[in-house]
Amino acid sequence: MKKIYSVLVENRSGVLCKVAGLFSRRCYNIDSLAVGETDDPSVSCMTIVSSGDQRTVEQIEKQLNKKLDVIKVKTFDETASISRELMLMKVKYNKGNRRDIMEICEIMRADIVDMSKKTMIIQICDVPEKIQLFIGMMQSISIVEVARTGTLALPKCLESDQ
Amino acid sequence: MLGADAIVKCLEAEGVTYVFGYPGVAICPFYNSILDSEIKTILIRTEQNAAHAASGLARVTGRAGVCAVTSGPGATNVITGIATAFADSIPLVCITGQVDSSLLGSDVFQEADITGAVESFVKYSYLVKDAEEIPRIFKEAFYIANSGRKGPVLIDVPIDVQNAVVTRFRYPQEVNLRTYKPTVKGHTVQIRKVVKELSKAKRPIICAGGGVLLSDAEKELRAFAEKHRIPVVSTMMGIGVMPTRHPMYYGMVGNNGHPYANRAMNESDLLIMVGARVADRAVSQPDLITENKVLVHIDVDPAEIGKNVGPAIPLVGDAKHIIQDFLEEEFTCDHDAWIDVLNGYRSTMGRVRKPNPAYVDPAELIRMLSERMEDDAVYVADVGQNQIWSCNYHIVKNGRFLTTGGMGTMGYSIPAALGVKLADRDRQVVAVCGDGSFQMSMMELATMRQFDVPVKIIVLKNNYLGMVREYQHYTYRDNYSVVDLAGSPDLEKLAAAYDMKFMRLATMERAKETIDAFLQNDEAVLLECLIDPMDLVK
Repeated sequence: MKKIYSVLVENRSGVLCKVAGLFSRRCYNIDSLAVGETDDPSVSCMTIVSSGDQRTVEQIEKQLNKKLDVIKVKTFDETASISRELMLMKVKYNKGNRRDIMEICEIMRADIVDMSKKTMIIQICDVPEKIQLFIGMMQSISIVEVARTGTLALPKCLESDQ
Repeated sequence: MLGADAIVKCLEAEGVTYVFGYPGVAICPFYNSILDSEIKTILIRTEQNAAHAASGLARVTGRAGVCAVTSGPGATNVITGIATAFADSIPLVCITGQVDSSLLGSDVFQEADITGAVESFVKYSYLVKDAEEIPRIFKEAFYIANSGRKGPVLIDVPIDVQNAVVTRFRYPQEVNLRTYKPTVKGHTVQIRKVVKELSKAKRPIICAGGGVLLSDAEKELRAFAEKHRIPVVSTMMGIGVMPTRHPMYYGMVGNNGHPYANRAMNESDLLIMVGARVADRAVSQPDLITENKVLVHIDVDPAEIGKNVGPAIPLVGDAKHIIQDFLEEEFTCDHDAWIDVLNGYRSTMGRVRKPNPAYVDPAELIRMLSERMEDDAVYVADVGQNQIWSCNYHIVKNGRFLTTGGMGTMGYSIPAALGVKLADRDRQVVAVCGDGSFQMSMMELATMRQFDVPVKIIVLKNNYLGMVREYQHYTYRDNYSVVDLAGSPDLEKLAAAYDMKFMRLATMERAKETIDAFLQNDEAVLLECLIDPMDLVK
């Protein structure tokens, strides 16, 4: 079972280590992790994607809540959330495949954001599955390196939202 | 005022009476400031025992124990003591000295990243970077240690922060932490649900853990069990929630517990676990305690509920508050038939031992000892076979039974007993250990002598690490590996070296007289009891 945890924490040094340490100590998976400041500079938001059985996903939430640097934990399914990941990919290209690459980028809504005579950097921002699909599409072309942000997510807007 | 003075003022504001510790350069400003205070300092002989002594004190006073050690090895040595307190949910505030903050991270002499190292054994930790923050941090630390699910808090204070000038000292009245608001009151709806189940139940039982003692709820639990005639069993950490001979108490559960206690728990139709973790030694098969019964789990830590077993009725809150709420609810029930069944189990399912007459029988010795101990005496059991015999045969009257059930740290009993005795000098305090666990803490005989702390110590001597030997007996068919304690000191000479009274008991003959003489007078005595090396707890 996959769960997304949106964890609001005190924006202090050492907090990332404490939260990551909790996952390793209790043998919980981290599929991805993204951290950044929120609109309140004293608060950071950690978006953690994890998986496990029902008891594990409940325990993760309880154990996170137990940490004294954790302000709030929101847990949601992928279906109840809007999730995005940003990836930058550097690829080698040549005259023969340049058009193919541009075509794939167009279909996948990726942008070429930097270029040299032999390499280019492609940026794509989409749901994690699409990013995975894009990597698959590009594997026949020579990928030099890849950087991904990890999943960011917020629960979907509801009419009942305040 | 310096940072170090501010720390001492904070401890005074918290009503701290003793600080256990071991100085080194990085904590010297603090130890210099404390000279001007009424707070007494106890030089323990190794840092681990500073935390154990603070734990003993905390467990009988109900307030956080305090220890203060230096940076580097001082701090790393105290980790086992902190981890022990963490596993048993004992409130501690541990102050560690640290190298100059401008040198942090550069691996200078006696630098250790202690806040990083203890992360998984503390409830919370601080690295103080600004001396002006000392009052707030200490106020928070004591509050965190002593509230909700209690536990150790570590405060790491670099030496320059201890030496910095504090311009304004104001100890906060209140703590305001947006991330920490423990639930104390139980949810009314859940309490009603439990009461409804209780009025329906034919075979209810309460399993009380250390949480009941930590929330000081023994009186309430006793009153509740008596009012509705509900049988009570306990975990190891819960021993003492009721006097052992209370008619409604049916002993300790678990793989080292009484068979009748386990049977009582398994045959119940309503099981109320309160302040107990459902850990492996108490409940080896968590699935069994939900089979054919309604499980209610009461704990102040929501993460404990559902961690090992999914209860039908979870109830988060402080044991004392919740049991008080139960007491206010009126309902009728009749458990006479169930109690008759349990009384039958208790009288027929006792353990049968075949003691070797050539030695002291630890079971009989402990029984005799506890009968002769004062009504409110404190019995501190160490870890090993001595612990299991103590759990099974010690008779708690209106005193306390202390041991480490969570971490099972050998050497706990002597320093913990020392902390207990300092906290309450009028109380009789007996530490019972094996010859293995004794040797892990025997350096504290010096502390007892130096500060005149008359703890009575019994060493059950079998020249083996008995618990491991027993395991190797069953698991490796008597292929003993690294359990022989040959080379142990002559305890009579050792006692003489520390100018301590010594007694020896070789068989059960004259046991009564020896125990009487051992307990007589408020003086430190070391009683060596020779027990059968091949004796088993099971």
